[in-house]
Amino acid sequence: MLTNQMVQILVFVILTIMTLGGGLGVVSSRNLFHSALFLVLSLVGVVGYYALLDAGFLAVVQLLIYVGAIAVLILFAIMLSRGLMARRQHQRNEQWWIAALVVLLVFVVLLVVLGQVDWPVADEQALLSPNVSVGQLGQVLLGPYMIPFEVISVLLLAALVGAIILARET
Amino acid sequence: MEATISWLTTLIPQLPVPTARLIVYVVYSAILAFAAPVVLVVAYTYMERKVLARLQDRIGPNRAGPLGILQGLADAVKMLTKEDITPAKADRIVFNLAPMLAVVAAVLVFAVLPVAPGVIGTDLKVGILYVVAIGGLGELAALMAGWSSNNKFALIGAFRTVAQLVSYEIPIVLAIITVVLASGSMQLGAIVAAQDVPFLFTLPVAFLIFFVASIAEIGRCPFDLLEAESEIVAGFHTEYSGMKFAMFFIGEYMHLFSAAGIATALFLGGWRGPGAGEASILGVLLGFVYFLAKTTLLVFVMMWVRGTLFRIRIDHLLDFGWKFLVPVALFLLVAVAFVLKVPVLNSPTFRWLGMLAANGVVILVSLALVVLAARHSRSAALRGVAGVDG
Repeated sequence: MLTNQMVQILVFVILTIMTLGGGLGVVSSRNLFHSALFLVLSLVGVVGYYALLDAGFLAVVQLLIYVGAIAVLILFAIMLSRGLMARRQHQRNEQWWIAALVVLLVFVVLLVVLGQVDWPVADEQALLSPNVSVGQLGQVLLGPYMIPFEVISVLLLAALVGAIILARET
Repeated sequence: MEATISWLTTLIPQLPVPTARLIVYVVYSAILAFAAPVVLVVAYTYMERKVLARLQDRIGPNRAGPLGILQGLADAVKMLTKEDITPAKADRIVFNLAPMLAVVAAVLVFAVLPVAPGVIGTDLKVGILYVVAIGGLGELAALMAGWSSNNKFALIGAFRTVAQLVSYEIPIVLAIITVVLASGSMQLGAIVAAQDVPFLFTLPVAFLIFFVASIAEIGRCPFDLLEAESEIVAGFHTEYSGMKFAMFFIGEYMHLFSAAGIATALFLGGWRGPGAGEASILGVLLGFVYFLAKTTLLVFVMMWVRGTLFRIRIDHLLDFGWKFLVPVALFLLVAVAFVLKVPVLNSPTFRWLGMLAANGVVILVSLALVVLAARHSRSAALRGVAGVDG
């Protein structure tokens, strides 16, 4: 008989395969459109992680923003670009080794940081009854984290204005 | 819901309780999410044909069965026996995935639809946000179908679909936020429970915005340019035939039902009505009947609109969304938020009246602005509409 924990581990494994496999597909697929679809798969895997962690709001927002908005816009941009129906595209150019080096560096940095930081672990009670409501999230965003929140908003606004200026016909 | 499942579990005593529960749960979900919507699709296609026929002074289907009620079944059989064609240069995998995703996106919404007192797949805390998020999957399906068909009409259809869906998502979300503000929850069950007076009467403008944008979101006339047959054959599903086309078709009608169902839950008080309640089986059934009646009423209005209006032009469509619906929805949101914070209005009745007043002011001011703009417009036709000699 399947216990709750076993099901969770099973789901976790499936999600991991989805996320990592999707990520692998993004970089190894020879078709740009397929890459974007693999990206969607990977992002949906992350949605699953959030759902598994009982973070319903984050899961839904991840789906809304990354799948509903960003992935659709990426696909849209790909469809508007040249060579649309070309089934094969080059994956590499002569700068591939610089990119590989940077990727490796980022990976090492992340590995070191992840190993060194003393991650806080929630106590048993908090894990059993996760009680973070959207209201609390809102309070925190507009209370202690007000400045970062506003800075990000301004950044996004600047990006929007920049995009409009770039796209406007002179 | 919980009680129903426990009761059903006792009906299979041969199995250990968790296994029995699991089976009951799966069957229950299957009925709620698949069987019921498919039956509804058949019923609504019949209804649509009859209603449209009446509006166009025709009789409509009348051959299959008495009054033609078996027409839906006949169509289903026809669809299933049609040849399944995949274009030679299509991207096979994506081409086959797209219709599945379209149906999945439509089905997923049913998980949070409160169809009767206590009968709801899961009453997510972020239920209404979930509905909005699932909408993105539908866009994805359209894009995949349009691209993988390797057909320019399908591609243009997919472009139009996404442009339209992305634009009309914003007024929908703003109207939803207005409701969330007024009810204080994103949980669909709680939103239904908060409607002692349906939001239709306290937030009529939000309802109109939501309803109009919903029609655009499901791509029905007058917003059906994504499959404008005189311009782009059938839009993103031009190349689909047989079962795969049927899946898009089913997805579309499920979408119609779920959009009307969400509108019912948000603005018409969901399953609420005299005698409906969770206490007795009769109350639950009555609640279901109310829900179905209200939803069907909304669906009927959508069909009525389809039979009455003609297709809108793409630039008009985008202008209407961005330059009218979005600003009105934004101002409405601010006005309602303001009203809810006024300390004098602390009794429910005053609150409702306050919200209604805010709605009235917002719509009057925005219409006045539109008329003003039309009067000073350079276009003679617009000045004519505003009642100024040309």
